Amino acid sequence: MTPLVLSLRATPAQRLDLSPLVPNRLAGMKEGDIAAIELQTTRERVCVGDVFRLQMGDPAQIQFESGSERFDRIGCGMSSGEIRVEGDVGIQAGRLMTGGRLEIAGNAGPWAASGMKDGSIVIAGAAGDRLGGPLSGEMAGMRGGVVVVRGDAGTRAGDRLRRGTIIVEGKAGAHAGSRMIAGTLIVRGRAGPLPGYLMARGTLVLAGGCEALSPTFTECGVHEFVANALMAAFVKPHSPDLAALLRRPWRRLLGDMAVIGKGEILCPPA
Amino acid sequence: MQHLIVNGIRVDDTFAEAFGMRATALTITADSAGWARQAAVTMTGFATSVIGCGCEASIDRELPANETPDGRPGVHVLLFAVSTSELQKQLQNRVGQCVLTSPGSACYAGLDGEEKLKLGNALRFFGDGWQVSKRYGDKRYWRVPVMDGEFVCEATTGLTKKAVGGGNIIIMGVSRQNTLAAAEAAVAGIQAVPDAIMPFPGGIARSGSKVGSKYKGASASTNDPYCPTLKGAVNSALGPDIASVLEIVIDGLTPEAVAAAMRAGMGAVLALGPQRGALRIGAGNYGGKLGPHHFHLKDLLP
Repeated sequence: MTPLVLSLRATPAQRLDLSPLVPNRLAGMKEGDIAAIELQTTRERVCVGDVFRLQMGDPAQIQFESGSERFDRIGCGMSSGEIRVEGDVGIQAGRLMTGGRLEIAGNAGPWAASGMKDGSIVIAGAAGDRLGGPLSGEMAGMRGGVVVVRGDAGTRAGDRLRRGTIIVEGKAGAHAGSRMIAGTLIVRGRAGPLPGYLMARGTLVLAGGCEALSPTFTECGVHEFVANALMAAFVKPHSPDLAALLRRPWRRLLGDMAVIGKGEILCPPA
Repeated sequence: MQHLIVNGIRVDDTFAEAFGMRATALTITADSAGWARQAAVTMTGFATSVIGCGCEASIDRELPANETPDGRPGVHVLLFAVSTSELQKQLQNRVGQCVLTSPGSACYAGLDGEEKLKLGNALRFFGDGWQVSKRYGDKRYWRVPVMDGEFVCEATTGLTKKAVGGGNIIIMGVSRQNTLAAAEAAVAGIQAVPDAIMPFPGGIARSGSKVGSKYKGASASTNDPYCPTLKGAVNSALGPDIASVLEIVIDGLTPEAVAAAMRAGMGAVLALGPQRGALRIGAGNYGGKLGPHHFHLKDLLP
């Protein structure tokens, strides 16, 4: 199957809203129709054909031959198919995804996977702040699916996470898992200060420990969790090395007692 | 009765008459194969017949660690009942009292199916508010805190309405010892067949029953035509050479599983031969008017 390939003509003069370029919206469209889709975020009109050279193929597979931190909302609302970006992307990559797979070879800006419901996102570089988190006024962040960040994540990764799994293979910034409602956030590297800040429920795995724990988390001892084998089996296809780590004993802290205190932080035994 | 003779053993030209049932399956794991087996044996105790136990249940097969969801040794257990509501009740009570309580145990769905029965969803309340739900992919689990750690239980398990209960072979021999040896061989053969169980003790029933009784309130009573000590007094099905009869009852997730199990059981009895084992193999039926599934012995000869 030949993918639909979009090659950047030149660095865009403004931020672009690439949310129309998802497989479910391009299905059945002709080249001219795709080229005429508007992408501007200012009053200056910019169409797909102005920014990209199009090489038609099956729109179930879309390939951006290069990236830009001005590529906003890429994969937003995607429900099926596959998008691959050979570079960086801007804000809200994969926001509100309900299916399919988004692969980003570079870095992603803030709010990647925001409100995502299903599907998978792989970010080979780093992710910005509020990975999976909600926008202002929204009650919950990510609600399903899997996000894998091979690099580091910014502050408040997994903010208001409701369901689904986020894997950060690098480090995480301050307040990882803040206000988590449920779901699972796994950070392989070291996390910044105050992870799990105001988390209600959910699982926050900090394989590399953290800079400072909130005093509102209570010590529950070191245990071997059968449930971690299930987590490891699920994580293995996405991050095999991390999956192996999950099977060891973990120190469990329950919190955040500043709210209902039914969340858990798993970190290495002291 | 007309019969065939295979390896010196008479095989009646008859059939086992079996019924549609509701069934589900579980995978039970523990820290060792022994404790997984213990939980399963406890859970499937007093589950020989729907007549008096509410369900029929037994271990289908043991599972190596690499075939279970949590990578620990396990067993695959099947449960059969006559209605979905009864199956749900039996499942909930048995897992709650016998698996949840067993050291180190965990319990997972053992059957896929569009229709579901509540498993962890029914037992999670034991956690008294400390239970934790985890969803990985399309599977949801409950983690219930218990005194040795956590009881992990999948939220639901599958239900099939295409299961079959009441497949059987009747093994007849010259003595109790020979008949039991043949029945044990049949059980060993059937144990290798997946998706089928033998719910009676050790897989063998010595008290085959007929429908009805001379006494009010008894829905079943002893199968007197097959009782060797009544040969002269009743319309006996037994010849003068038969002194002992044992029955193997088989429940399967599909008709094919029951047929495969009957074939394996008959094959083992026939292979043992008449000198050390049975003289005759038959099957129980009700004239073919009650059960929709008819397993003819001559079609199942190995």
